[in-house]
Amino acid sequence: MVRFLARRLAGSALVLLGLSAITFLLARVIPSNPAAMYIGPKARPDDIARVTHQLGLDRPLPVQYITYVRDVLGGDWGTSIGTKRPVLDEILGRLPATLELIIAAMLIAIPVGIALGVLSARWQGRAPDAIVRIVSIVGVSLPAFWLALLLQILFFRQLHLLPLTGRIDPNLRFSTPISPVTGFFLVDSLLGGNLTAFVDVLRHIVLPAVTLAAYPTGLIARMTRSAMLEALAQDYIRTARAFGLRDRLITYRLALRNALPPVLTVIGLTLAYALTGTFFVEIVFNWPGLGTFTVHALLNVDYPAVMGITLFGAVGYVLINLLVDLGQAWLDPRIRLA
Amino acid sequence: MTTPIVLTDPVPVAIRRRAFLPADPLGAAGTLVIVGLILLAILGPVAAPYPLQGTGTANVHEAMLPPGPGHLLGTDQLGRDVLSRIIVGTRNAIGVSFAVVGLAIAIGVPLGAIAGYRRGRIDAVIMRATDLALAFPSLLLAMAIVAALGPGLEHAAIALAISWWPWYTRLSRATAASLRERPFVEAARAIGVSDLRIIFGHIIPNSLSPIIVQATIDIGTVILAAGSLAFIGLGARAPEADWGLMVSEGRTVILDQWWIPTFPGLAIFIAVLAFNLVGDGLRDRFDPRHQR
Repeated sequence: MVRFLARRLAGSALVLLGLSAITFLLARVIPSNPAAMYIGPKARPDDIARVTHQLGLDRPLPVQYITYVRDVLGGDWGTSIGTKRPVLDEILGRLPATLELIIAAMLIAIPVGIALGVLSARWQGRAPDAIVRIVSIVGVSLPAFWLALLLQILFFRQLHLLPLTGRIDPNLRFSTPISPVTGFFLVDSLLGGNLTAFVDVLRHIVLPAVTLAAYPTGLIARMTRSAMLEALAQDYIRTARAFGLRDRLITYRLALRNALPPVLTVIGLTLAYALTGTFFVEIVFNWPGLGTFTVHALLNVDYPAVMGITLFGAVGYVLINLLVDLGQAWLDPRIRLA
Repeated sequence: MTTPIVLTDPVPVAIRRRAFLPADPLGAAGTLVIVGLILLAILGPVAAPYPLQGTGTANVHEAMLPPGPGHLLGTDQLGRDVLSRIIVGTRNAIGVSFAVVGLAIAIGVPLGAIAGYRRGRIDAVIMRATDLALAFPSLLLAMAIVAALGPGLEHAAIALAISWWPWYTRLSRATAASLRERPFVEAARAIGVSDLRIIFGHIIPNSLSPIIVQATIDIGTVILAAGSLAFIGLGARAPEADWGLMVSEGRTVILDQWWIPTFPGLAIFIAVLAFNLVGDGLRDRFDPRHQR
């Protein structure tokens, strides 16, 4: 396992180096005038000349790249043009809100998706299977930003059940403030014993989390179904049946466990989807996370911020893939011994 | 993001006979929708009840009318018929998605076929590049590229194609690697057919079915992605008729004039659903065996 881990870590390091090169190229080579890009639409010629020198854009590209990598490793990700604050601080400051949303969505998607997939496989070719197939295809076909609007109409405008936007009622910030520990409002409010805030935060997170969960749920359900069918067709399942083992034991203990590795891969994929999917959900629900920041940066050509987020997202993606590989190796010894 | 191919099991005949559904009614419905969308895309404004409003001409004295007899799906903030705008917008959605997937296939499939057939160093180089491109979440990469190129429909299409090709490289490499050991390829090699002709004349034509399945699903996914880019302002620009852009323009009035963003979003949903249903049906037909 240690050798497997070392090999995978080395591979990830190489990929990260490549990713930094792509991010660098995107920001410095594709735009015809990176300095003008860097300053923004209101750049004047003398500003451009100054910034060109300041950023070292007048030096050879390889030198620029090495400087960029050194700065990134040293924690200097540049300064956001929009907020005038360090990009890394902006990203890390908004990360908890986004992570809380993604985790909430996955806490819905993983159990529901796996349950639907198992149900579908057990009733293959019958009514539950057909229904789950439709539900999962609908799940992967819904535009998140549109589903978000529909949920707002239904639960806010029609039913008056849930709040329209935001992460917490602004008034609560004064009446019963949450003391920050982890940055996750749900966790922090519980730690502080602040039940009023907890309920309010929960009510705010329901719609965005459900919206973000739609696609992963559909994908996980489909993968679980086909992995379960494959597992159930194996000889050892027939043997188990011949020995008269109970159906429930066969389904959950024997088949599901062996169906998990491909499901884990899909969970990794959907996590990566959630990383960008959350941007659109955050915009509609005015969620104060990375998404709102990113979209603002993209539209205002806030180049340091765009570079930072692209790199950050790519690093997150590489980490997710690494975790998925390690999880698979843990579930399936054949992988780590190969 | 690209949906991975989920392969289904061979259905034993006994089970198939008492299957709940006939052959594939959903796939058939999806095909009908796709044919309709392609027709609308070809006809364009001609098919719209109000062609001028469809292409963008304002009609302010009829602004924000709810759905009714004159305007089946209502009118938007500038008084334009929402149905006409949706019909005109079909051309964008279908055009962009076909172009993106076509481009991704044109880049990805030959690279994958070469890698899988030739193996060795060229395989290593192509696949490392592919892994690297796949290390970015596709949509995030597309967003960064559009930001570098500047917003706009063409740029969004280019960006999406750039972030989509690696999936096809991976797919066609896998089939090419298995095809190269087959007798007909060995025979071609034995009688001295050049590698290039083997790749383009034998390998690629014989690896098309998984590619067609993936492409069908991807067209839906790209419609969704292009709509998402337009929704955040990185795709088509006003006054163009574009589904994602229409949802974005109507978002501010969602609580009062709900029809303005709801119907264009519904159009995206139906189009994506249709391609997914057909892709799903094709997958069941083309990949009856276990494949990983």
